[in-house]
Amino acid sequence: MNRMSAVIEVRNLHKRYGDTVAVDDVSLSIEPGEIFGILGPNGAGKTTTVECVAGIRVPDRGEIEVLGHDPLRDRAEVTRALGVQLQTGQLPDQLRVAEALELYSSFYPDPADWRELMESLGLTPKAKARYSKLSGGQKQRLSIALALVGNPRIAILDELTTGLDPQARRDTWELIEGVRARGVTIVLVTHFMEEAERLCDRIALIDAGRVVTVDTPAGLTERAGIDQRLRFRPSRPFDDALLTVLSDVKRVEHRGGFVVVDGTANVVAAVTAVLARNDITAELLRVEQASLEDAYVSLLRKQ
Amino acid sequence: MSSLVIVETRLSIREKVGPIWGVAFPLILLIILGNVPFMRETVESAGGLTVFEIYVPIIIMFNVAMLALIALPNTLAGYRENGVLRRLQTTPAGPARVLAAQLVANLAIAVVAVVLFLAVAWTVFGARLPDNVAGFTAAWLLVTAALLSIGLLITALAPGRGLATSIGTVLYFPMMFLAGLWVPISEMPPVLREISHASPLGAGARAFQDAYEGGFPGWQPVLILLAYAVVCSAASIRWFRWE
Repeated sequence: MNRMSAVIEVRNLHKRYGDTVAVDDVSLSIEPGEIFGILGPNGAGKTTTVECVAGIRVPDRGEIEVLGHDPLRDRAEVTRALGVQLQTGQLPDQLRVAEALELYSSFYPDPADWRELMESLGLTPKAKARYSKLSGGQKQRLSIALALVGNPRIAILDELTTGLDPQARRDTWELIEGVRARGVTIVLVTHFMEEAERLCDRIALIDAGRVVTVDTPAGLTERAGIDQRLRFRPSRPFDDALLTVLSDVKRVEHRGGFVVVDGTANVVAAVTAVLARNDITAELLRVEQASLEDAYVSLLRKQ
Repeated sequence: MSSLVIVETRLSIREKVGPIWGVAFPLILLIILGNVPFMRETVESAGGLTVFEIYVPIIIMFNVAMLALIALPNTLAGYRENGVLRRLQTTPAGPARVLAAQLVANLAIAVVAVVLFLAVAWTVFGARLPDNVAGFTAAWLLVTAALLSIGLLITALAPGRGLATSIGTVLYFPMMFLAGLWVPISEMPPVLREISHASPLGAGARAFQDAYEGGFPGWQPVLILLAYAVVCSAASIRWFRWE
């Protein structure tokens, strides 16, 4: 990884609260324009890590650079370039949606059009509603809007779609993809596998305050080395040895007329090639692919 | 900064503590007192002021104390509890400016209130205006600075919003008592009078009275009020927490 091009550089971050180690040793390098996911179980240190990057927590050890600036010392530069959506950050109860957006946009030298943002997050009908009267999902969308209203170069989004219904979640994903298309780097803390798989270019898997691995979603699945499973009904009976001799095949089973084959990533290509050579048709062929969720569980278990 | 002040002023008005308990309630009290015949009698020991005229600065302090000791800590401790200050820490505005905007907002409400009270006392009830406007302004500024500093200290020390409001309320009543709201300071037993003189609002009452009588606030109340302002501000800066 080229250190010069990274927009966020974290080196050996360590943070404890009393006797509890929240972040043990985290190093990350986030590239411009990417959607970088931070994935991990509860209490893994995801939120503490991004809070240190945002400069609202003081690390006990380690170095952090955001666009070459120190998040604690260079507050003006870092807060201008970084839009943050926190899990816990709130607004005054009596503040109205439009007022909040207008106020926050006044904090930045070159803000986005807050009315447009309000519209794209579906908050326009709630423009005059007070913060305390909003639903969880509406508060969440307002929080996303506030993170983006300053036209940030980097957006940190912690638990982006928690509390949103499936439709709002998909709308938010589209919005985030649109934001990224404008060149904004996005750091996404999440525990939704579907979200990470759909949005992230790279994912850091964090567990117990340490980085387990950093890879693309596909890379993580591959790295987990989870078996692929193939189910089909052969057009005629055949000798299992036909498949068991293949190096990609680990196991062949028969289940009521169906053949179930477990094997490595290449098992589908290998098996179908052999079947074709022997003039066997694989009817009702189904491939069960390992998901990011399977990879996640498997990689954490290997720890 | 100006948009923050406007928003914080609007929020303070919507919270209703300031407008209702800080402005409307003392105004009603002022009007009631103005209608009591006994209030028109002059007090020889107070340089020929009427009882009502002695009460005008007490009503003004009622307003400032309500805003500074109850409304301000309630709002700021609530902001801290709900993560409002934390959220602002991630913006270029920063939480200190919100704190400043809250102070300015309460100050603005207090200025409106003092003008309103004086206008009503003067036009409706024919009360004398302070002879020394500069001295009166100085007294008001000193009292306001001392009370806002105490309010900030309450905010700094109280762990949560509920406790901040309780502490403010508990301090409020004895302080108003020592200002002479129920018993005029001149009628208090000597020990109580000494305590009153050392209390923020008792010192405030003396400072206002000096201005009413045409002078500047005496050095004693000025020093006492300044001491409260400086010590409490310093302590609140030392112990203030953003989250």
